[in-house]
Amino acid sequence: MIDKTTSLENALKDIRDGDTIMVGGFGVPGTPFTLIDGLLDLGVSNLTLIKNEANEDGMGLSKLIEAGRAQKLITSHLGLNATVINMMNRNEIEVEFYPQGILAEKIRAGGAGLFGILTDIGIDTILAEKKEKVTVDGQLAIIEPALSANVALIHAAAADRFGNLIYAKSARNFNPIMATASARVIVEAEKMVECGGLAPDQIQTPGAFTDHIVVLDTLTKEYGILKHHVL
Amino acid sequence: MSYKDKIAERAAAEIQAGQIINLGIGIPTLIPKYLEDHKEVIIHSENGILGMGLPCKRGTEDRNLIDAGGTYITIETGASFFDSVLSFTLVRGGRLDIAFIGALEVSAFGDIANWIIPGKYSPGIGGGMELAQKARRLIVVTTHTTRDGQPKILNICTLPLTAKGCVNTIITELAVIDVLPIGLVLREIATNTNVETVIARTEAEVIIPDSELPKF
Repeated sequence: MIDKTTSLENALKDIRDGDTIMVGGFGVPGTPFTLIDGLLDLGVSNLTLIKNEANEDGMGLSKLIEAGRAQKLITSHLGLNATVINMMNRNEIEVEFYPQGILAEKIRAGGAGLFGILTDIGIDTILAEKKEKVTVDGQLAIIEPALSANVALIHAAAADRFGNLIYAKSARNFNPIMATASARVIVEAEKMVECGGLAPDQIQTPGAFTDHIVVLDTLTKEYGILKHHVL
Repeated sequence: MSYKDKIAERAAAEIQAGQIINLGIGIPTLIPKYLEDHKEVIIHSENGILGMGLPCKRGTEDRNLIDAGGTYITIETGASFFDSVLSFTLVRGGRLDIAFIGALEVSAFGDIANWIIPGKYSPGIGGGMELAQKARRLIVVTTHTTRDGQPKILNICTLPLTAKGCVNTIITELAVIDVLPIGLVLREIATNTNVETVIARTEAEVIIPDSELPKF
């Protein structure tokens, strides 16, 4: 019988120093806070982290970075995280920025077995400096290589034992894309349902992409309502 | 009404019924307050929402529902959710009618700089470059000058660019200016100012039409 559910310790045990790790989420929604806390406890370091942003100071991905576990961050925007911006400015972590949708496409390409994408986004900016370019139909394009990782950490609203996943509202974001682009895909799920409990038409990540599922008994405090984002 | 609200209210008047728009951080986030319901304007949010509504009333927040800046929001009837690939497929594929965006500098050629001040401010790119390059219309909403009173509308941008030649219209607390092939053309002026003030606070040349200027 296929059953991908496992303990937090077992799900994370093969992660090594120097691994590249994709982490889902855009702000709080979709960020796998429990898996990140588990990774922090595991003590691995020299990581390359890939996430849309670094969460906010003291939260989620920022905890790993603040603890000095990451040597590199590949991201889109750090506007809500002054701590990581300061670490970047002091050269305590290397940060590589991409336009948000280009970051998503690089990951999609990695998951789809493609070598990269061609784009004119940023072509007239400092972003295009030192990048390989190619002319397509008379237009200059940047060659953006695909991104893939050793591990993806994913937060799902619900899963079944096959690893079929659904996401909630704005918590989908980078999760289904990252779930395609990593050698090992570890999911924290808010709810387990029986096989067949998720309508086939509604499944957003088919089970083929999922390796391990950690069922959440409780949500971390970050999933409480953040007072500073309440009007 | 604050000068920011004045800019947002004037910016909202640029939107036609049924259009799909995106709102950058800062002044653009004030625009929904000034949208009339019957227009059925659809707001896109980079984190995977089409049909975003106003911010939540206190006590009704949903932990899975924020805008790209982290604010808890509501959705309108007919809204949809999607992943980050689709969110920017919508942007780069030309489905956005208007992107409203803040600026540090805008040039007479429609160049915009708003993402980095080397050595001082470097939070990253976010969706800005894609929105600036690929929205059908790019409207810059900004104060006319910096806090120090220096012009933001320049002959040439001095900061690293976000995008080149993409700005269609600039809306400030003083004026509505279109970026046209002949240059910057004054379209409308605020009630509490005059043409001489607009010219004095703009580094780039502003072309003044012969006809009478509408006021806002």
